[in-house]
Amino acid sequence: MATIDKETLLKIYRNMVRLRFFDDKVNEMVASGVRITQHSTHGQEATTIAACAALKPTDYVMPYHRGWGWAIGKGMDPKILLSELLGKTTGCCGGKGGVHIADCSLRIMGRPGVQAAHIPIGAGVGLSIKFRKTNEVVLVFFGDGASNEGNVHEGMNLASVWKAPVVFICENNLYALFTPNIETTSVRDIADRAQGYGMPGVIVDGNDAIGVYEAAREAIQRARSGQGPTFIESKTYRIHGHTAMDRFHLGVYRAKEEVEEWEKKDPLRRLRQRLIEMKVASEAELNKIDEQARLEMEEAEKFAKDSPYPTREEIFQDVYVD
Amino acid sequence: MASREMTYAEAIREGLREEMKRDERIILMGEDIKINVWTVTRGLFEEFGDRVINMPLSESGFSGAAVGAALTGMRPVVEIMYSDFTMYAADSIANQAAKYRYMCGGGEFRVPVVYRIGGSGSSGGAGCHHGQSLEATFIHFPGLKVIFASTPYDAKGLIKTAIRDDNPVLFYEHKLLYGVKGMVPEEEYLLPIGKAEVKREGKDVTIATYAWTLHKVLKAAEELAKDGIEAEVIDLRSLRPLDKECILNSVKKTSKLVTAEEGTKMGGVGAEIAAVVAEEGLQYLDAPVKRIAGAEMIIPSSSYADQMVIPQIADIVKTVKELF
Repeated sequence: MATIDKETLLKIYRNMVRLRFFDDKVNEMVASGVRITQHSTHGQEATTIAACAALKPTDYVMPYHRGWGWAIGKGMDPKILLSELLGKTTGCCGGKGGVHIADCSLRIMGRPGVQAAHIPIGAGVGLSIKFRKTNEVVLVFFGDGASNEGNVHEGMNLASVWKAPVVFICENNLYALFTPNIETTSVRDIADRAQGYGMPGVIVDGNDAIGVYEAAREAIQRARSGQGPTFIESKTYRIHGHTAMDRFHLGVYRAKEEVEEWEKKDPLRRLRQRLIEMKVASEAELNKIDEQARLEMEEAEKFAKDSPYPTREEIFQDVYVD
Repeated sequence: MASREMTYAEAIREGLREEMKRDERIILMGEDIKINVWTVTRGLFEEFGDRVINMPLSESGFSGAAVGAALTGMRPVVEIMYSDFTMYAADSIANQAAKYRYMCGGGEFRVPVVYRIGGSGSSGGAGCHHGQSLEATFIHFPGLKVIFASTPYDAKGLIKTAIRDDNPVLFYEHKLLYGVKGMVPEEEYLLPIGKAEVKREGKDVTIATYAWTLHKVLKAAEELAKDGIEAEVIDLRSLRPLDKECILNSVKKTSKLVTAEEGTKMGGVGAEIAAVVAEEGLQYLDAPVKRIAGAEMIIPSSSYADQMVIPQIADIVKTVKELF
């Protein structure tokens, strides 16, 4: 960790705080009756934010459904993100994508709603990078639930055969919707499956942002130097339910005590303590970052709410390239 | 303009070769694409090397990978060996390729992929897993274009246009068409997507059809002519978008409509055409619309039995005569 510069550590912290407050803001809006499909990332901030911190701006991400960490990690303005979630014309997809967040200039290549559809798409981005010889890398995020889709098998095989510059990051939060993965998944360590695709399988503590960053950086370096894909399994936990509408996550399909145990491992609090111990920043400096993030999300809410919806004409555009 | 005779398979190959020479972003992806069971891409690996890539048996995977490659600057032409196998690839084609641009808000997001759907249609006992005609399934998805050429000339002109199109295009091929010969100009040409063609003029009845069934209909039309019925035969060529104008103009002239296809009747291409004419040209008709189509059946995997479930020339003649 001595090899991680102060600036990067602070960037990871800042983006994790921004993601936490963004998540809180969306939860608050949903609770007040605003219709947003929200898969909370509370407790899972470290994986997407730290992994994206190891990318260059020209690298690609293939996002997945849980949360918006890949968007914030890749540089999307929360105003634009929230506007999209509200279907406003100021959103990154003009208010037509909604949860399907995408931005070509940030190389966020679209978030499919069908689980694991993007695993082969990510492999194809990797193939394209090889053809175009641009030396970019693509990060492909997905969850433990999606890991059982056939498309994961097909996409990982393709990426491996092509030695494509792809890094697969599976956030294992132990549950797919209301089902514990012990009922549905053949292995406890999903990274074991990497062996079947001839690529390294790496397990990281998903609540340790510094560990995630180091693992992602190594895999990205490996991909960029032409050695092919890596599979990273990030062990973590979602503190909230599957969506904001999940009424069963405390005591129905998982024990309240289990959630409380994981709350103690909060990745944000953990990084904050480390940064103070490492003297990267003082408590006062981190408090200032927190306060800025809180204000940013208030502004984002105002901006998104004040933005107009697209016109009927705009809504019917873009089915085809003319 | 000088022309040569060539097969449908050779015409597609020539179209692919010309486009690959013109644009190095074009890559070919498919199972056994280097040697190729349909012969269409044979020789292109020798000419274009790494741009012709054998795929694993992984239709969903490589159909999706093509979307990723297309989003980031490549122009893949994917072969799916049999129409039946598009069911494996259905999410990648109909949920991803078709919708990606729209759901990402348009702009720079575009998916210029051609899916060549090889070996459609029933013949030789190919049966229910190698012999279906499933093109009607995909006309239901906005975002896709669906084309099906019936002659070497059309096949070459349309594959070239499909490759240059910035949208995902499904280019269907029929297993019995690959060996069909026809004249193809030496000079380059392109054909527009969305335009049907009247392949035989007539005044008494309009028969809207496409693909291998077109050839059966043309033969049926010759038989009908012996009985004094002059059929106008429309080759749809493009199923989505559909050339409504061509169909309606013809029905206006003939007052009778028959559709003919190999796929099953319910929810088929003929159903869509009948609906279009009912909505926009009912006043032209003086008889009920007749749909000739595959039986509501599982296609038997028997070279003896499979022809019983798809339209034959005699069926077409008989059905048309019922209108007179």
